Amino acid sequence: MACIEARGLHKTFGATVALDGIDLRVEEGRILGLIGPNGAGKTTALNAILGLTPYQGELRVLGRDPWTERDQLMRDACFISDVAVLPRWIKVSQALDYVAGIHPRFDRAKAEGFLAKTTISSASKVRQLSKGMVVQLHLALVMAIDARLLVLDEPTLGLDILYRKQFYDSLLNDYYDRSRTIVVTTHQVEEIQNVLTDVMFINRGRIVFNCSMEDFESRYLEVTVNPEQVAAARALKPMHERPALGRSVLLFDSVGRQQLAALGDVRTPSIADLFVAVLGDTSGNPAHETRGGVQ
Amino acid sequence: MNTQSNAVPVEAQKIAPANLPETRLLYWSVRRELWENRSIYLAPLAASAVFLFGFLIGAFRLPSKMRAALALAPEAQRHAIVMPYDFAAGLMMATAMIVGVFYCLDALHGERRDRSILFWKSLPVSDVTTVLSKASIPLVILPLLTIVITVATQFIMLLLSSAILMGNGMSVATYWTQLSLFQISLGLIYHLVTVHVLGHAPFYGWMLLVSAWARRAAFLWAFLPLLAISVVEKIAFNSSYFAAMLGHQLSGGEEAVPMPGRMPIEPGMQFTPGHFLISPNLWIGLAVTAAFLFAAMRLRRNREPI
Repeated sequence: MACIEARGLHKTFGATVALDGIDLRVEEGRILGLIGPNGAGKTTALNAILGLTPYQGELRVLGRDPWTERDQLMRDACFISDVAVLPRWIKVSQALDYVAGIHPRFDRAKAEGFLAKTTISSASKVRQLSKGMVVQLHLALVMAIDARLLVLDEPTLGLDILYRKQFYDSLLNDYYDRSRTIVVTTHQVEEIQNVLTDVMFINRGRIVFNCSMEDFESRYLEVTVNPEQVAAARALKPMHERPALGRSVLLFDSVGRQQLAALGDVRTPSIADLFVAVLGDTSGNPAHETRGGVQ
Repeated sequence: MNTQSNAVPVEAQKIAPANLPETRLLYWSVRRELWENRSIYLAPLAASAVFLFGFLIGAFRLPSKMRAALALAPEAQRHAIVMPYDFAAGLMMATAMIVGVFYCLDALHGERRDRSILFWKSLPVSDVTTVLSKASIPLVILPLLTIVITVATQFIMLLLSSAILMGNGMSVATYWTQLSLFQISLGLIYHLVTVHVLGHAPFYGWMLLVSAWARRAAFLWAFLPLLAISVVEKIAFNSSYFAAMLGHQLSGGEEAVPMPGRMPIEPGMQFTPGHFLISPNLWIGLAVTAAFLFAAMRLRRNREPI
């Protein structure tokens, strides 16, 4: 069974189209990165998946309709939507008591174990914690829930680099076990490139690119060439070209590594580079739209 | 134990729908409200402490007042003795109402303002349970606290008065015969249930609805429309049915006991639960409350952080 399955997901706010017919299928055990510019519809899509906003079209999450069955869905799904959502008045101990009281899949000992590794004291109130500590607390609560789907919407927004690194490290080491599904959106794309199993670009309410990371690494190559080789490189039809310190960086889809190695230094592009290639010139109709492998 | 019987529970544990009883979700939701809004119990306790402080200072004049009261007719005597107890009950109820009003107007607004609604909604508690737990604060928790704190306050008043009277070598016999704490408490409970719970329920429902709906200034949205309707009615038709209806609902009308302490004073006044239960106002009020709460539940599902 697919963890998330959407067909023709549509949502408008007045005259603004936030989701313009999204088809989506996320299998269990994947870590999907949803990447897009501001206002692309990422948060709206996640809100629909979590039952926070009504929508048109078909959507099943863990076999349920999120809009009408949010409370049942939240027994098996969990989300961190932003760093600032833990109520400021709550004490750490109260947060543990409350979640233990109402969540059938919460393991209190596990949460206390995660917290013991931090400097958060159980008598503190959330308002007394730093931004990074609030995220640690939220993550400790969420990781102690035996959920099948975890949704993270900009979970590390506003955190310093140490906390950001720690966040994804603990998520991978202490939480992810290949049976859970994680969907994450972030603007710090580089930090999650090695974490993801799948990547999806969303722009103007549409999915414009969708690819597993395995395909990503085998298909896309970036080569840095000297000016005299640019013409030869261009003949291979790059997706995108950008100048870099007097040389040119060209991005190719499905061109042999050896062929490119003859022209210059070859490397796997970052998600951000591909994102710019797919969306950068765009806006309308990039030639490479959704040619990526559908998982 | 063979491997198969080991394997089954593990599998079952994963697949079995983990259901917690709804009462447990409600219990923790109400506890959560008390953590967040400590004024629910601190305000009545503080009112009680302030009142007792004043009463203690006033109690030194009690012997002279008692001597004066002894010269009065029994009816007036009782009135003089019971009055401070009545006042204590009134103060507790007024405090609870103020707390209830401010609580309701913030209950579904504050969680959107500080975006914590996104955290609460990430947990398996339905909007129905959440709104019911919030409605139970003015309709169940505050009345219960009012009863307990008022009875305790009145008991302390009785002990203090008796100690002071005896310390002045006076008899407490008259004082005690004229004052039946049990009867006063009974009157208080009847008054609370009929007026403050059943009578005021539509107002609390309305305020919860406004707090779920308003983007800002929930207080104004809750009160100005009521005022506007009354004013328009007055100007357009020179009548004041709407205002009278609100007043009737607030005071409880004739079917309810106006104030608990008056009950033992006026022997003609009886508990009339029969009359109260068949009054259409009660049932219309409850239906309106249910409609308001239902709308608040729908709004909580729809509304996003402000």
